[in-house]
Amino acid sequence: MSIEISRIRKSYGAFEALQDVSLRIEKGELVALLGPSGSGKTTLLRIIAGLEIPDSGSISLNDEDATNSTARERQVGFVFQHYALFRHLTVAENVAFGLRLRPRATRPSEQDIRERVRKLLDLIQLDWLGDRYPNQLSGGQRQRVALARALAVEPRVLLLDEPFGALDAKVRKELRRWLRRLHDDLHIASVFVTHDQEEALEVADRVAIMDHGKIVQMGTPAEVYDNPASAFVYQFLGDVNLFHGRAESAETSVSYVRPYELEITPQAETAHGAVLAKVRHIAAAGPAVRLELLREDTGHALEAEITRDRYRQLRLSIGDTVGVTPRNIRVFAK
Amino acid sequence: MATVALELPRKRTSAIPRSIRRDPPLVRWGLTLLALLALGVFIVLPLVAVFVQAFAKGLPVYLAAIREPDTLSAIRLSLLAAGVSVPLNLVFGVAAAWTIAKFQFKGKSLLVTLIDIPFAVSPVVSGLIFVLIFGAQGWFGSWLIDHDIRIVFAVPGIILATTFVTFPFVARELIPLMQSQGSDEEEAALTLGATGWQMFFKITLPNIKWGLLYGVVLCTARALGEFGAVSVVSGHIRGQTNTLPLHVEILYNEYNYSGAFAVASLLSVIAVITLTLKKFLEWKTKEGASK
Repeated sequence: MSIEISRIRKSYGAFEALQDVSLRIEKGELVALLGPSGSGKTTLLRIIAGLEIPDSGSISLNDEDATNSTARERQVGFVFQHYALFRHLTVAENVAFGLRLRPRATRPSEQDIRERVRKLLDLIQLDWLGDRYPNQLSGGQRQRVALARALAVEPRVLLLDEPFGALDAKVRKELRRWLRRLHDDLHIASVFVTHDQEEALEVADRVAIMDHGKIVQMGTPAEVYDNPASAFVYQFLGDVNLFHGRAESAETSVSYVRPYELEITPQAETAHGAVLAKVRHIAAAGPAVRLELLREDTGHALEAEITRDRYRQLRLSIGDTVGVTPRNIRVFAK
Repeated sequence: MATVALELPRKRTSAIPRSIRRDPPLVRWGLTLLALLALGVFIVLPLVAVFVQAFAKGLPVYLAAIREPDTLSAIRLSLLAAGVSVPLNLVFGVAAAWTIAKFQFKGKSLLVTLIDIPFAVSPVVSGLIFVLIFGAQGWFGSWLIDHDIRIVFAVPGIILATTFVTFPFVARELIPLMQSQGSDEEEAALTLGATGWQMFFKITLPNIKWGLLYGVVLCTARALGEFGAVSVVSGHIRGQTNTLPLHVEILYNEYNYSGAFAVASLLSVIAVITLTLKKFLEWKTKEGASK
């Protein structure tokens, strides 16, 4: 089941939520729509689901035009940001909802429905919660129930709106790996919306980065990370330092460097061409040590990330002056 | 920083010894007594008086007053007016609340204001509106007379006036409830393959049922108790266009106190039942909302 989005536009009054967006997602692919809030990613997802009608453009599911079909006809599984579980139904009833709705001719028998619900609850490892109501579950449990409910109708496409947005960091990591494995087992096209670049880069096969209603870059996580198409993409995919080097073209271009691409040397060993900076703050907890530096020549702040070994070697303390050499500068036209 | 500054004083108040926070006993007891006294004089006493007066001449007189044909006909008419206007307002109210809570459109606030009109205008004016439209001198008066259709001073007028006056109850109750619930669950139902009706009956209705019942109870109570608007359009024809409240007035004006209070006691019983139901439903709605 593939999804083909072609030249979609959508405005809300004067606000252009989507400007001429095209995208193709193949069967078995997991695609992330990544962007800051207001970039149009949720609108695009809702248009694919049929919950929102585009002003122009077309959508095909499995190479059949679906632009004018309703959400019901599209048979997509949609997981809402706040789960949207039916509060008056138990977990098992929530999961069975889509099946029980069907007209008699296509509806499985009550026994088959129960069996399917049991299997899905097994899959999400919540078989012991079938009789509970949504308000008795934790956030992570609700999220999984919402997924099971969407999967129960055997959707042709799975769409997830900020699937891990409301969960705490640990549950989030667990659930996204679980989602990746689940997607691989199902072999359907899945699209998820996120504003968390780490999540998108880790889970997705391909990432579509959105800004101001447009897809600004599309590619595998490695492609977009290593070859960002614009300053926006580069900035959005990780921490950056605006680096005013000696480049004479400062009026027409901007230079960036990532924190871990800064080489830190003791003042005495500073090579020619390095910038001198004062250490302002040290965050030594975690796998890498983060340094907050203040450039002595321009007065700009820099952030550097060094390994624990290097940190021990340098024996840094606050107030020290160090040499900073960028290993990899990216220059983008302004 | 602002939040920290706000947090501290609040914590400190809880550290103040209990004796300082408590008012002197005289003030506490005095205020409680005053409240009870006001409640007794203005609420309990009148209610008791209704029943005392109703049974003043004994149970047989009470029962005879209720069994009187004019009273029975007033009961029937009141039930008919409520029986028609409440279901109408149920449908209108749900439709209006649905439209306002789930859709964005121009003139939405105007619609909300329009729904409130029956609350804002005096019931007498509400009644007069219908006399002006359907009365003999009204806009459609001569046409109605030509076709031998009676609206004002007849049952249709009473039903119209009752419906008008009780229109806001259901909608008012549902709009904030439906707005707070949003439309996520409805959209989820659609993506799972629900038709519009399935979505309404399986998701929307169960979510609003206690609020809806609450609105219906208030609507029914007002429909049965409405005096002003109905009084204008009724014409006070005994046994034909008299509702319960109008009948009380007529009996009272005829110095038939035991009769008047007997009928009034019926309305009081309805009020007490309404209050109990109201309390129960408020509790249920809150329970539903916290889920």
